[in-house]
Amino acid sequence: MTAQPTDIAAYNFAYLDEQTKRMIRRAILKGIAIPGYQVPFASREMPMPYGWGTGGVQVTASIIGPDDVLKVIDQGADDTTNAVSIRAFFKKVANVAVTTETAKATIIQTRHRIPEHPLSVGQVLVYQVPIPEPLRFLEPRETETRKMHALEEYGLMHVKLYEDIARHGRIATTYAYPVKVEGRYVMDPSPTPKFDNPKMHRSPALQLFGAGREKRIYALPPFTEVVSLDFEDHPFEVQTFDQPCALCAAENVYLDEVILDDHGGHMFVCSDTDHCEKRREEGHRGHLAPETPLALEKTEPAQ
Amino acid sequence: MEIATQSIEGGFADPVFNAQAVFRAVMDAMAQPGSVRPLPAFARPPAPLSATSGAVALALCDNDTPLWLDPALQISAAVKSWLGFHTGAPLANTPADAHFALIAAPAEMMALDGFSQGTQDYPDRSTTLILQVNNLTSGTPLLLEGPGIEKSATIAPAQMPRHFVEQWKQNNQRFPRGVDIVLAAAGSIACLPRTTRIKTMEA
Repeated sequence: MTAQPTDIAAYNFAYLDEQTKRMIRRAILKGIAIPGYQVPFASREMPMPYGWGTGGVQVTASIIGPDDVLKVIDQGADDTTNAVSIRAFFKKVANVAVTTETAKATIIQTRHRIPEHPLSVGQVLVYQVPIPEPLRFLEPRETETRKMHALEEYGLMHVKLYEDIARHGRIATTYAYPVKVEGRYVMDPSPTPKFDNPKMHRSPALQLFGAGREKRIYALPPFTEVVSLDFEDHPFEVQTFDQPCALCAAENVYLDEVILDDHGGHMFVCSDTDHCEKRREEGHRGHLAPETPLALEKTEPAQ
Repeated sequence: MEIATQSIEGGFADPVFNAQAVFRAVMDAMAQPGSVRPLPAFARPPAPLSATSGAVALALCDNDTPLWLDPALQISAAVKSWLGFHTGAPLANTPADAHFALIAAPAEMMALDGFSQGTQDYPDRSTTLILQVNNLTSGTPLLLEGPGIEKSATIAPAQMPRHFVEQWKQNNQRFPRGVDIVLAAAGSIACLPRTTRIKTMEA
């Protein structure tokens, strides 16, 4: 083997066998050629349960090479169970370099967030998708939803959004907010907060979506038009927060609410841990940040 | 050399990592149409199959993907047995049955609409064409627009199919149905997915 500092057998590089990788690679190419269309693929069993990102893992395993640098996030965080275990999985089966820094990664596998740091040309963002079909909760039959996509018949989705307005006075969908890709396919952006939808629009990075249990792969090439569905009199809006991050004072980022005690104490902190740590290293401090700037615990990539 | 020897030699020296490298080049080229990706000669297929298109075939084809060869390749028993030995891909009876088509002489190839276009329900069931072109710089320049291209891109593949701009416009109009093209030049590739539009160049 060429310059592989590993004793892992190459036939097993990145866990999947070569025929499976070819099958997934062909599906990825079709997905890129038809943005927003869900390409069926023969999803394999992975050594983790459905719902833990088997679709994303299979996509990452099929594209990753020895020169790649992998970052894995779960709800924006590099240090949660799902992110740590998937990162450890690829370190073990592909012996690739891993990082927590958005800018240094060539492949970022994500569960339900897009990093705050702008992505660049050449990066690949791999989403873990639970339900790829945006119409599934409106029409349970696959035969019907397939026909609706074929005929570009998306009236039902607008009815759903309209019913939100009728009931709540506004569009109440806050995550997995449906988007239209290049004026053709309606696509589920995976359960990212709608806060992240604008980042998909004309993103310089290639975005790949893998749904393991539902056996679908879809893609957005760089610089693709991605428009969140809305109405003229009820335009699409992202979530806003009335306070900055309690640790790094960042504004205009997505915040998580953290419960501090059982007396109603709570704080809002950046969902993107890498972004938050970078800002604190730069000296930004929120109102709940420690008095003395502590040496930040670096989230070391798991072994 | 004997056909038997020719068909066995010339595959990937390092199947796993060569296939990954070729795929990443194709993926990046497909994601950014018009961008030219370098591709070292990982494979050494018998002529008239080129090293680049041979490598793409090895990276993507197997017994699940019927292959169609254009007449220039079809007449070469060495090419057929090389592809058969290294990929195991069956030969398609008609272009419309093919998942991949290898074209050694694009200037003489049949019309794009003769290949599988996919269906409205399953537009992914279309043929991907691998065109062997001399280079990507000396032909008629094509100004490209569409997903994957920030503003516009230009590529000038030599020896493209006849009436290509007109044929490609029709391919665009069939969206989401349609064929995708991998342009395999010596040492580099570029792609034209069905979403890419060719703007007519001002003279």
